[in-house]
Formats: sequence, structure tokens, C-alpha cells
Amino acid sequence: MKDFGYQAHRDNTIDFEKNDFRIARFLLEREPSLNLCIGCGSCTGTCSTGHFTEFNIRKIHTLIKRGDTEMARKQIRQCMFCGKCQLICPRGINLRNVILGINRALEKI
Amino acid sequence: MNIQGKRNIWKDYQKEIATDRYFYVRSCVRQNFFPGSEKAFLRILKEELSRDVYENASHTTCSGIGYHSDVVPFETAMTMVARQFALMTESGYENFTTSCITSFGLYSEILETWHHFPEVEERIREHLLRATGRTFKKPANLSHASDVIFKFRKEIAEKAKHRLINRKTGNPLKVVEHIGCHYSKMFPSKGVGGAEYPYVLVGMIEEWGGEVIDYPERRHCCGFGFRQYLVKANRGYSLACSKKKFESMAPYKPDFILTNCPGCPMFLDRWQYALSEMEGITYGENGFGIPVLTYEELAGLVLGYDPWDLGLQVHQVTVDPLLDKLGVDYDPSAKFTGKNGIDLGKPEPPTFLKFYQNE
Repeated sequence: MKDFGYQAHRDNTIDFEKNDFRIARFLLEREPSLNLCIGCGSCTGTCSTGHFTEFNIRKIHTLIKRGDTEMARKQIRQCMFCGKCQLICPRGINLRNVILGINRALEKI
Repeated sequence: MNIQGKRNIWKDYQKEIATDRYFYVRSCVRQNFFPGSEKAFLRILKEELSRDVYENASHTTCSGIGYHSDVVPFETAMTMVARQFALMTESGYENFTTSCITSFGLYSEILETWHHFPEVEERIREHLLRATGRTFKKPANLSHASDVIFKFRKEIAEKAKHRLINRKTGNPLKVVEHIGCHYSKMFPSKGVGGAEYPYVLVGMIEEWGGEVIDYPERRHCCGFGFRQYLVKANRGYSLACSKKKFESMAPYKPDFILTNCPGCPMFLDRWQYALSEMEGITYGENGFGIPVLTYEELAGLVLGYDPWDLGLQVHQVTVDPLLDKLGVDYDPSAKFTGKNGIDLGKPEPPTFLKFYQNE
């Protein structure tokens, strides 16, 4: 294949008919407080791992809600479970349980 | 396609198109991309329809490409356009016809601005007078060249030598129509049929015997957005737009794509090659691409013009299978022979995209 110095960007269209929402449903059943998330990004702002790597729990959660699990598969194991995100969360979401849930779901699904 | 629903929309967007005495302005880029198109337009209007079309050699860019790339300020663009109107006035014409979609969009935008803000028009008149000593009248009618071909689609159909019917099967050819974004997305009332379901190309296809394909990404941009392709770092977005359209239209197996913008045929044609080289995918039948035509090229083919006079040999996606379907009598050996008889040389075939019929 030829390299022209650029490539067709990945299509970010959210196709609700094709995307896989099993992990999103599993998470909501396991941790219903996740429904309260307002996407403020405080979790990512305070994240120790995110300070040194590209790990971004707000983005991972948003993409999972859209049925896109690729980023979660690549990054979720970087979390150190320090729990700072949970302390800072203005909606009191149990984020450590959410991340554990994502790990469990990715093992199962 | 639910044609009745579309017709209900189309009837709300009718537009007045002048019938004669056109002041024609060319596009900056079309003569390089598809060199036979503008010549075909002039030939059809002058020779087939006996209309008066005038070109002024002093015409320059309208600066739309710079304006939409954020390098030319609106004030400058307006003064440039005022100069084009001055050329029209000096030539004794009042029906302004543009070859370029972005020019058409810019002229519409400027006339609309002057309509709502007369003080801006006065200021631009002063700029022009001070810079060039020229004055101007605003056009009585502004149309895009595809509007003019649309206007005369029935006359062209009467003179047709080929209809959009597959000679092998007897079925209408399946056509994807793609309208340039600046045609009516900015001002729906300025385009024939509005912005959602423009009728300008559909009318030509229906009148000449083809069948229009309605597919999910029909109104999506082709990827010619200036800031997408001008900057190499952004060029992947341009490619992604075209890819999205190809993937959406390919399942309907279109025989060709018809366009009315300078950039759309360029990108829908050339990006098929780029995608085939980068990802090994082709979208047409038997490893070929989907041929892309301009409306002038199609009108020329319908009228029986020689495809090599129309410049179809410079298309990246070969049009030969389409010519066979239409029943066009053409000389394959003359494809790469110039008008002066000099051999232009055969292009190197792409790796994946089939280019020669007998490969």
C-alpha cells in the first residue's frame, strides 16, 4: 500500500444500529450511580495516571456510552485504582467500581 | 426514492434563470481538472442552442477560494466581485453566469449582503472607483452554468443522440447526483429545488432517461472543503468525506456520479485512486471505479460529442465502461492522442484500480 503522508480519518459516526452497547448496559446494571455523570471531566483532571499518560476516563466512559470500546480496551488497565477521581466527583459516582466493571466486561464480552 | 415528497419540496424552490445573453465567467480550477467542460458548455449554448454568451478576457478570480480559506477578507472579496460586475456592465450584459459553484455562492452572499446593508455596497463602490475608476450595475439575473443547462434540458433531450439507457440491458442508467455545497446550502432559495433535495441535476438525469439513486449520504460534502485539503495535515478529513460517500453509494451500484461543482468531480474521481492505493478498495464494477462526470460532459455525451473532445481521457477513473453502456461510438486508440495528433503517452495503470478495459 502507498503512503501519501495522510490517511482517511476514522469515521466517528455513532451508528446506534451497529455499535455494541453490551458493555454500557453491563456497567449501568453494575453501577447505577453512573447515570448521574454530567461529563464534567473532574475525574480526568485529577487522575494521576492521566497526568503521565493518555488515559482519559471521561473519554473512555463517553465512548462506551456510544458503543465504541476500542479506547477502553487499549487504556483501561493503566488505571492504578488510587480513587482520586471518586473523591473529586461532584455526583458521587463510584468510579473505582465503574473501572472494575469495565475490566470485568471486557473479559467477558 | 419517494419522488412525490421530493416534488413537494422542489415546487417551493423555483428560480428564475435567464434565457439568453449570458456574461459567462470561468472557474479558476476547472480548466485544469476537467479541461473540456467549460468549452463544452460554450459549444452547447452557442452552436446547439444559438444563444449569446460573452466572456471578458479581463475576468480574474472572484477570490472565493481565498475567502473560504480565510486568507482573503470579505471586504477584498466584495471589491473583486464588484470589479467582475463592472466588466459585465462595460460589456453591455446583465445576466451573470458562473462556471464555479463557490463563485456562485460568493456572488449570492455578496448580493444578499448589499441587499441588507446598502451602506456596505456604497463603500465597495467607492473602493472600486478609487482603485480602478470603474462603476457597475448589479446583475439582473445570477445563475450557475448548471442552472442554464437545466433550463435547456428539454431542448438538449430533443437533440439527444444517446439517452441514459444501458444499451446492453435496456434499463435506465443508475446515477448518483452530487451538488456542490456552495450551490444552495448557503442560500436554499438561490438553487433549483432548494438545499435538501436540489433538483438541478435530477432534472437533467430524468429528462435524459436516467434513474436517480437516493442514498443515505447524498447531501454529504465530497471532501473539497478548502481548509481540509489545502493543509496536508487535514487532508485525511477530505479523504474520509469521500470515503463515507463511496461506501454509502456503492451498494446501490451506480453507473456514474454526476456533479455540478469544480471540486466535487475532482475529489470524487481522484480520491477513488488514492483510496485504492492506500487501502486496496475499489467501488465500481469488476475492479473499476465509479466514473464521475460534470454536467457539461454528460450533456456533451448526450448530444453525441466525441468523448475525447470532452476531455474524458483525463479522468482518473476510466469512463470507457460507461461509454460502452451508453453506446457511444468512440475510438479507443485516439484516447491519448492530442488534438494536433501528437501521442500524449499512456498513463501508468494504478496498482488496484482497473484502468484499461483489456487488462
